[in-house]
Amino acid sequence: MSRLKRLFHQFGSPPWLFQFSGRVVPWLWAACLILSAWGLWWGLFRAPPDYLQGESVRIMYVHVPAAWMSMMIYLLMALMGAAGLIWHVRAAEIMALSSAPIGAAFTLLALITGSLWGRPTWGTYWVWDARLTSELVLLFLYLGVLGLHNAFDEPRKGARAAALLSVVGLVNLPIIHYSVNWWNTLHQPASIGVSGNSIHPSMLWPLLIMAVATKLFYAANLLTRTRVRLLEENPRRRWVRDWVEGGKA
Amino acid sequence: MLKTRDLTLDRLFEPVFAPVNLEVKAGELWLLSGANGRGKTTLIRLLAGLLTPSTGTVALCSGVSYLGHQLGVKDDLTVAENLRFYSALAGTEPETVGAAIERLGLRGLEQQAARTLSAGQRKRCALARLLLHPQPLWLLDEPYANLDADGIDQVDELIREQLARGGACVLSTHGALRPASLPYQELALQAPVYVP
Amino acid sequence: MSGRVLMPLLRRDLLLAFRRRAELIQPLVFLLVVISLFPLGVGPGPQLLAQIAVGVIWIAALLATVLTLENLFRSDFEDGSLEQLVVSGQPMVKVALAKVGAHWLVTGLPIVLLAPLLALWMNLSAAGIPVLVMSLLLGTPTLALLGAIASALTVSVRRGGQLLSLLVFPLYVPILILASSAVGSAVDGLPYQGQLGLLGAGFILALTLAPWAIAAALKLSLE
Repeated sequence: MSRLKRLFHQFGSPPWLFQFSGRVVPWLWAACLILSAWGLWWGLFRAPPDYLQGESVRIMYVHVPAAWMSMMIYLLMALMGAAGLIWHVRAAEIMALSSAPIGAAFTLLALITGSLWGRPTWGTYWVWDARLTSELVLLFLYLGVLGLHNAFDEPRKGARAAALLSVVGLVNLPIIHYSVNWWNTLHQPASIGVSGNSIHPSMLWPLLIMAVATKLFYAANLLTRTRVRLLEENPRRRWVRDWVEGGKA
Repeated sequence: MLKTRDLTLDRLFEPVFAPVNLEVKAGELWLLSGANGRGKTTLIRLLAGLLTPSTGTVALCSGVSYLGHQLGVKDDLTVAENLRFYSALAGTEPETVGAAIERLGLRGLEQQAARTLSAGQRKRCALARLLLHPQPLWLLDEPYANLDADGIDQVDELIREQLARGGACVLSTHGALRPASLPYQELALQAPVYVP
Repeated sequence: MSGRVLMPLLRRDLLLAFRRRAELIQPLVFLLVVISLFPLGVGPGPQLLAQIAVGVIWIAALLATVLTLENLFRSDFEDGSLEQLVVSGQPMVKVALAKVGAHWLVTGLPIVLLAPLLALWMNLSAAGIPVLVMSLLLGTPTLALLGAIASALTVSVRRGGQLLSLLVFPLYVPILILASSAVGSAVDGLPYQGQLGLLGAGFILALTLAPWAIAAALKLSLE
């Protein structure tokens, strides 16, 4: 545990984190852009239309990765928040909080693309489908974390409160997920989805590329946000002064 | 009894005061002084364990009684009910409540709801709590505020007894009022010196 | 220090509630008003009312609970009682349990007792009434425990009440689903014990985990 803690403290040292993220962020953004372009081109133009859903299946190449990211980011946010709570490491608090808006954006994207997909498939923009409902509840959880953080005047207190809330949400998330699924089977026995049908490789590849691209987007966006916050919070530190002066020279 | 090492607390990413090294021994009275906003209340709350230090440590090897700006007196309860609650928490005999009421000159007010008391009487009610279950270390934030001359003498008297028992006391005051008849040591809080 | 805090704190909170008994009626009046709005809004047809009865009663109970949660820790926070409890070294988990227990006795229990009357109002079939009461009996303590976490997190925040509802509603989703399904099954003559069992399991889970979260949130709010 103490080795883990030492590693954690190295990663949690603001100047180290700032320098490290400064080195990797450009590469992450570049890789994200290339993969997104590749995946979107493959998904939107090269992949075949679905024999059941036709061309509308193409929105899945955005919807599914966004839905995956919405859940993964919540998990990471809660874990980093818990680490920040336990070890009082500001860098973990910053990264947990910087994850929240990204996760909320992915959740919103999953909801919007889901209802756009629903229009041709179900004939309506909104159906109380299990997955859409779960995403909606997840969006509320994200908004709660963001709202709680912003409600405090002292940022560290807000960060700790938001971290505690996200951990509580994480414990509840599986329960919410299963109860919503179960509720859905009670009220809507039949719904069309992509699950169950095996995915043809020609559709799997663009999906996987987009899944990697969204993860790179998260990493790049997270580290960029973290850098901005590190600069904002340490205006008088020498490493910030050095960086600013170096940037001007 | 109490020892701090390089104790600081950050607010908005800046330390509130220069690192505090304070050692309180049995029988000592310490006075925290400093300008308004220098962090006297913050330091007392740190010592009481209500705040987590940003750097440094607080080592505490005894029970603590704390009197803060918020007195911990319930408006809807009577004086006696307020004190009986804290006595039940500490697990002390009910007689201690009567003795504490007597000692602070609250006799005759026991059955009055705390909301009907004056600011000074409420302060006495909160001070009476210190006597229910005397702890070795008292942390008093502005104990003289809202008290008349009699009340101030009474606080000094309570502290004298506390020191005589082998207890210790740390109190903060905004300068004008000082323990008149008691020997004390003073800790003046300093502005933080910035080290990049 | 030993954990004598449970009974004295419970007794004190009940006494405080009794001193302010006029305020105790408010959530119940709120509950009655909300429920009486439904026949006015959707029409008084007995069939329609019976169909939506469970959902309406449960959602109204949920709203009434949230309404009272805002003040659960407010006065203790503002008058310094909470600081005294922390400094005196009392286990905060027990403080949380005592606070939530007293809160449920004065706000949750009356809702449970009022439920049969509300069921009659909403024309819920007789088979559903005992199950409705059972679901409220098992569900409202969980609402109080989960809500107390959010209440403790927002107690030091200005206008925390609006935030509170955003924080608790996602957590209340499973309880609402299970409870309305249990009563719906009972009305249809289907087995409902499974749902009630899950509600009970949820209560036990909340009872074991929530006090730790409440205690942590209270300490955090004092910082």
